[in-house]
Amino acid sequence: MAVGLALAEPEPARAARLGRRLARNRLALLGGTVVLLFVLIALFAPLLAPFEPIKSNWLAVRKPPSAAFWLGTDELGRDILSRLIWGARASLLAGVVSVAIAVLVGVPFGILAAYAGGWVDALIGRLTDALLACPFLILAIALAAFLGPSLGNAMIAIGISATPIFVRLARGQTMAVLAEDHVLGARAVGCPHRRIVLVYVLPNIAAPILVQATLAIAGAIIAEASLSFLGLGQQPPAPSWGSMLNTAKNFMSQAPWMAVSPGLAIGLVVLAFNLLGDGLRDALDPRES
Amino acid sequence: MLAAILARLVVAVPTVLLVTVIVFSLQLLLPGDPALALAGEERDPEAIAQIRALHHLDRPIPVQYLLWLGGLSRGDLGTSLKTGLPVAELIASKLPVTIELALLAMLVALAIGVPAGVAAAVRKGGAIDAGANLVALAGISIPNFWLGIMLILLVSVRWNLLPASGYTSPFEDPVRNLQTMIMPAFVLGTGIAAVMMRHTRSAMLTVLRQDYVRTARAMGLPEGRVVVRHALRNALLPVVTLGTLELGTLLSGAVLTEQVFTIPGFGKLVVDAVFTRDYPVVQGVVLCAGLGFVLMSLLADVLYVVLNPRLRS
Repeated sequence: MAVGLALAEPEPARAARLGRRLARNRLALLGGTVVLLFVLIALFAPLLAPFEPIKSNWLAVRKPPSAAFWLGTDELGRDILSRLIWGARASLLAGVVSVAIAVLVGVPFGILAAYAGGWVDALIGRLTDALLACPFLILAIALAAFLGPSLGNAMIAIGISATPIFVRLARGQTMAVLAEDHVLGARAVGCPHRRIVLVYVLPNIAAPILVQATLAIAGAIIAEASLSFLGLGQQPPAPSWGSMLNTAKNFMSQAPWMAVSPGLAIGLVVLAFNLLGDGLRDALDPRES
Repeated sequence: MLAAILARLVVAVPTVLLVTVIVFSLQLLLPGDPALALAGEERDPEAIAQIRALHHLDRPIPVQYLLWLGGLSRGDLGTSLKTGLPVAELIASKLPVTIELALLAMLVALAIGVPAGVAAAVRKGGAIDAGANLVALAGISIPNFWLGIMLILLVSVRWNLLPASGYTSPFEDPVRNLQTMIMPAFVLGTGIAAVMMRHTRSAMLTVLRQDYVRTARAMGLPEGRVVVRHALRNALLPVVTLGTLELGTLLSGAVLTEQVFTIPGFGKLVVDAVFTRDYPVVQGVVLCAGLGFVLMSLLADVLYVVLNPRLRS
């Protein structure tokens, strides 16, 4: 183990180098800032929202943007800005939780496949192929249909649909780590499997998984918005950007403003996660840029 | 070449079988008694017993799977709980609409993505490259159903240029068909165009570094001819094969696009089935989409071998 640690670059030095490279990438910084902004909006939604997000106001039905209602009101007189602010919670929560499910399920299976090899690897590989064959959203729709429509089930459905990518990534990265001399040495001197995975494999595969997770959050946010748009995610009256668009679609000629801001919010936060993910990837592997 | 294709076919068999296992397992997720869930509004004990017998719900799960698989091998995808029609028939009637939408969207994606990718690669590091990359990133980030809503708002509601929804068969009225399909194809195509642009850019960058491109330039051939005749022709190989793998994205996107533009295709079928709790239809759609994907990736592999002379021998 001592040999391994002596050969591998110390973790803090690697993190600092990664941080410096990331700081030089303006687009990634912009993405990170926007992500942070949305996280703060979601956390402080009760303080930031000017109105109650689910309270109807029959005197302000479908009002265009004004000084009182900056982004206008919806078909029940609810303030769109307040619903947008609260909707950030559903979107970010869905993004983070579903990717966490995918990472927590996918990474151990990927490591197991690489570590065990043989029929275990073949079985996990074919199962991953089969899951990848089912189109992401169609599988998520089917899972949400059988589990029942709710934000929680949508997160599970998106998480399961996103799992195969992490299985493949973790498997590939683990195979590369296991072939390194210091790991071969550690295995040769009888280092227990658990220790090899915890000390050698996990720290070395963490960075690419973090990059993939950042990009997967972007996909998961779109997937949650899509499921909510179809009525299979967040259920009314709780606000979510996707369900706001679902309602807005029915009032396009009477209240077009209802459709503009939720879509822009989804696009902006997804773009920010994509920029951050691309920046992280470039910082990890400068040849990519 | 035949051996390579056959080897790929053999690998596809377990994948197909596992797709059927996943699709079958979906019904195990139903909370409570699946017979009650399948019965829907029906509460008559006799009808429920009939459903239990029909779906073999009283048998062990592996036996249920094998019986279901036996049905599949005869082309029996089950019966729609809502309409009473065979699921295979329902899917077959909706599939041509979605295939038309997917093909038109792919055309849009290629028409935008390939030239943009070529321009970005030729001017690597310049303003065009940065612009194309940013537009591609925006294309991936903007949800296509929102783009659809915005287009309806502008083109149909405000300018009254194209119909906002509906579908006419191309055999009935080709002009009307095109009018109803332009916006959905554009909406679905732009997201894929972004992916195509990235594939083309990266393939072109690899090809432009090759010796034969340098030789063509050294011979004094005009740059446009070098890029199109010598570089693009070779760069298109990975783009075409990777393009076939976008079927999953196309089908997922089609579900939302069909919902926005009320197009009666495969995607609308599955969403409607979800709300009427027509579980066999949902399963049938996932199965067809999964099998379609396996078939397309097989096709991509075969195309790669057929189109690449180095792999043919």
